Amino acid sequence: MTGTPAGTGAPLLDAHLVVQRDGFRLDAVLRIAAGEVVALLGPNGAGKTTALRALAGLVPLSAGYVRLGGTTLDQPDRRMWTPTERRHIGVVFQDYLLFPHLSALDNVAFGPRSHGLSRTGARTRAAAWLDRVGLAGYARSRPRQLSGGQAQRVALARALAVDPALLLLDEPLAALDAGTRLDTRAQLQHHLAAHPGATLLVTHDPLDALVLAQRLVIIEHGRIVQEGDAATITAQPRTDYVARLVGLNLYRGRAHGHQVRITDSFALAVATDDEGEVFVAFPPTAVALYPRRPEGSPRNTWPARITDIARHGDNLRVRLAGPVTAAADITQAAASHLHLAPGQEVWAAVKAVETRTYPA
Amino acid sequence: MALLVPAGAALVFLVLPLAGLVVRAPWASLPRRLAQPGVLTALRLSLQTASLATVVCVLLGVPLAWLLARVEFPGRRVLRALVTVPLVLPPVVGGVALLLVFGRRGLLGAWLDTTFGVTLPFSTTAVVVAEAFVAMPFLVIAVEGALRGADTRYEEAAATLGAGRWLAFRRVTLPLVAPGVAAGAVLSWARALGEFGATITFAGNYPGSTQTMPLAVYLSLEQGDLDAAVVLSLVLLTVSVGILAGLRDRWITSP
Repeated sequence: MTGTPAGTGAPLLDAHLVVQRDGFRLDAVLRIAAGEVVALLGPNGAGKTTALRALAGLVPLSAGYVRLGGTTLDQPDRRMWTPTERRHIGVVFQDYLLFPHLSALDNVAFGPRSHGLSRTGARTRAAAWLDRVGLAGYARSRPRQLSGGQAQRVALARALAVDPALLLLDEPLAALDAGTRLDTRAQLQHHLAAHPGATLLVTHDPLDALVLAQRLVIIEHGRIVQEGDAATITAQPRTDYVARLVGLNLYRGRAHGHQVRITDSFALAVATDDEGEVFVAFPPTAVALYPRRPEGSPRNTWPARITDIARHGDNLRVRLAGPVTAAADITQAAASHLHLAPGQEVWAAVKAVETRTYPA
Repeated sequence: MALLVPAGAALVFLVLPLAGLVVRAPWASLPRRLAQPGVLTALRLSLQTASLATVVCVLLGVPLAWLLARVEFPGRRVLRALVTVPLVLPPVVGGVALLLVFGRRGLLGAWLDTTFGVTLPFSTTAVVVAEAFVAMPFLVIAVEGALRGADTRYEEAAATLGAGRWLAFRRVTLPLVAPGVAAGAVLSWARALGEFGATITFAGNYPGSTQTMPLAVYLSLEQGDLDAAVVLSLVLLTVSVGILAGLRDRWITSP
């Protein structure tokens, strides 16, 4: 959890990004090894795009540093700054920003040409890249003649055609419709896996992050709140935002034996024996609802009021208010049997063995 | 009804003089008059100087428009207002101002005269200078508007691909605003072609070197040769209508 990728020495990208703007402060450490794909995941306004723009040199750092391949690009306290055009980066923008007056081929050739290749050399290189993304037949098409998925692939080819040490992608699939997105995501995964440099993917879609990245960095309010591989993050979320992303009920409290005190008046019985500050997590499917207080087996039970009912897959997701807020997934049959409606008072129950406890 | 009458009057007021020009034209002697050396000389001089002035406007005006649209600096609003002054300034005043600066005793003219032995006033160069002076704002305003409307993120994308400011401007920004530059250039050219006041004040009225078409029209009237004035006017009218037709799609039908 230190941010240093496993199994490598110095990371290819080593950055401490501090950007201070009126009312907003980004302060995040990012380290990415060669060949590694990291997803920067967070809600809107968390500072994801600001971090990407700072790495690209489109937003100046207020403090901190950016080092890429052992070279310091930015370091404000040493008055060091490298203009965007002299960084070994490639950027795929959210709406791609393909140059409308150039063909797909010339869009891809733009980078190699700017880096000093001859017109013919740049076009040969661009043609090879268009071929790699499966668009060899669209070399002469203008961007407006391309579909969303095709434009995304041209944008990817354009960014990769300069052999960037650092590839930055800003919500690369956000502009696509659901069907195209599935297909494009699979292709993107293939190309990102083949990229020898470091890759940073900015997204607010947990699925994109889980499929495309080996490591997730979660950012909220300009700060990194959690990072790790997909398995760790989905099993042990550390903030409400992450818990919502991975679909878990999450509480923080103080453990004493098999009891975790969440609030002054509410405690949960858990499966493990712990001491001190812990997180308790359990899936909505572990929450059962009863019209009256259930008797019998040792369970966590509490009175709750239904605030919302929505379809969730084959089940219904019921949101509960009470001593703690929670989500419960129940079957349609159970829901009709209980005559559930918003505002209704019910009893919620969770077995201790269904909870997961880990240190805060 | 209350609006239709004045609207019709305005239409008649605008169209009637032009129709009069066509009706009164000495059509029988037109080919002979057009072939007169004085007419052709004035027409050639007009086309040459207006084109040269347009080139000057584009070469200097596009960078100025870029500065006004893209670079933040104190006094930018004042500068933008200054650029539009030649639009509203009576051209004769512009001519006098040019004389004061580039005249033999002028601020810059005296230095040009003593250092290089160059005297600007009453030369063909002076015609170009006068025309460029009045025409430049048209180009700057058109290009600045186009630049403001263009998405600056394309320039950022170009930078991430390794293009410096100049390369990004040349290969991305300029092609994106090319329609604006073209429209500004045509407007400038039309304005330069019709330029009279600043030209006659600053460059004089010498056949062959500074006598452009509008000046020739004026001289013909002065000499009492109304038919010659009508013929020359007809030529200018034809050129102007031709430009309007060429710009129809971009400027006339747009809201």
